Amino acid sequence: MSLMEQLNRKALGLGVPLSVHLDVTYRCNERCEHCYLEHDGKNELTTAEIRSFLLQFAGAGVFFLTISGGEPLLRRDCFAIIELARELKFNVKLKTNAVLVGEKEARRLREAGVEQVQVSVYSHKPEIHDAITKLPGSLSLTMEGIRLMRAAGLKVTLANVLMRSNAADYAGVQALAAETGAHYTLDPTITPMLNGDSSILGMRLPAQGLRTVFRDDRLVGNVDDFCAPPAPIDDEIREGIPCSAGHTSCYVSPWADVYPCVQFPLPCGNLRQQFFSEIRAGSAQLREVRAIRAKHLPTCSSCSHLGTCTRCPGLALMEGKMRGPSSADCEKSFLRTGVATAGMLAGRAVSPPVPSHSALVQIQL
Amino acid sequence: MKECYVARSRTVAARQLGEEMVIMSAVDSTLFNLNPVAALIWQAADGQTPLAKIVEERICPVFDVEPGEALRDAEQFVSDLAAHGILLLAESPIVESSAVADKKS
Repeated sequence: MSLMEQLNRKALGLGVPLSVHLDVTYRCNERCEHCYLEHDGKNELTTAEIRSFLLQFAGAGVFFLTISGGEPLLRRDCFAIIELARELKFNVKLKTNAVLVGEKEARRLREAGVEQVQVSVYSHKPEIHDAITKLPGSLSLTMEGIRLMRAAGLKVTLANVLMRSNAADYAGVQALAAETGAHYTLDPTITPMLNGDSSILGMRLPAQGLRTVFRDDRLVGNVDDFCAPPAPIDDEIREGIPCSAGHTSCYVSPWADVYPCVQFPLPCGNLRQQFFSEIRAGSAQLREVRAIRAKHLPTCSSCSHLGTCTRCPGLALMEGKMRGPSSADCEKSFLRTGVATAGMLAGRAVSPPVPSHSALVQIQL
Repeated sequence: MKECYVARSRTVAARQLGEEMVIMSAVDSTLFNLNPVAALIWQAADGQTPLAKIVEERICPVFDVEPGEALRDAEQFVSDLAAHGILLLAESPIVESSAVADKKS
């Protein structure tokens, strides 16, 4: 077991929220066509509120802090927030489009001790990337920001969200990552908008595209291992938690709303009304999420993929039931292995809003 | 024998998890999990207190260990962490800006 796995297991046992994803704003200087957010900046957290929340997170044992948005660097106090987070000894990861990162900003991020910066890059072709972000010149600006951050000594990851419009470009983005000395992550996850609008799901990578991704050894390593049929299910898997959401991870919106995960739209409380520790301990929603074990999932508990599926309870909730299957993940498991899922066989996981499209998978390279 | 002073580096992320201390270097992302003894040394590493005094006052009263052996183990421990850049070592008190101020820990 790796040290990270030991750390997660220990945090789970102690009830410690090891990771918090904090969106400091939903405002953005890009308008990505697949974005799940509405870019409303009204009533967002003040610097003083964020300071108070960071102190509460540190007291609760939070170690990994992701600062994201929207575009977090649109906040004038973003660097002050990052520097405070580092003073409180969080491991800080910043998600940005890097459009606003110049030499001074790159140096300041490095000096603050940001552990990692993740930047979305959709294509190596400006006409594709800029069409997705709807910001002319954005690929050029983003790549310049990435180069400056790399030159400052920052660890950078290029996050390549893959969808219909850029399906053919992942090798080009991989090459950009290699050229700049950055890491590369592929993510074919398109989620419904937080307001419930699922129209953007039509942008998901079609099944054939996902099948191709799963069989590309540059992305998944050993294809035979990655696409192997699921191993037998044992009691440890049945008694296990389906996901870390609400257990060791947590999401906080720019309006102080607390959710189990950024992709799990189940409101659990608000930090303007309650302390973080009170929400963690007292929220009926979080207690319900934490009570769920794999064996409690009515359809998935009988599925041969139970131990390997990346079933997202947030996507399941958006389809109707957080204990139900997520059709996107059913499809992913099927396309990866060729073995039908219990959700598919029950006819419950092939219905809209996610028809015959792809899936939720994140492949870290 | 020369005095040894230790200070926590500002480049790390750190958090107490139960009785242990989790530390990650922002330089190379190496993750460390310090046991309760090591965690005590880490917390006491203010750059001003000699390692021998930390061992004498913080470790020996709490853990059933012979002082000479405890100091040798502590020296090895701080040397290992210093090699990863997460502790600073010096023969005199450490005041440089890369060391973490105690009030923020």
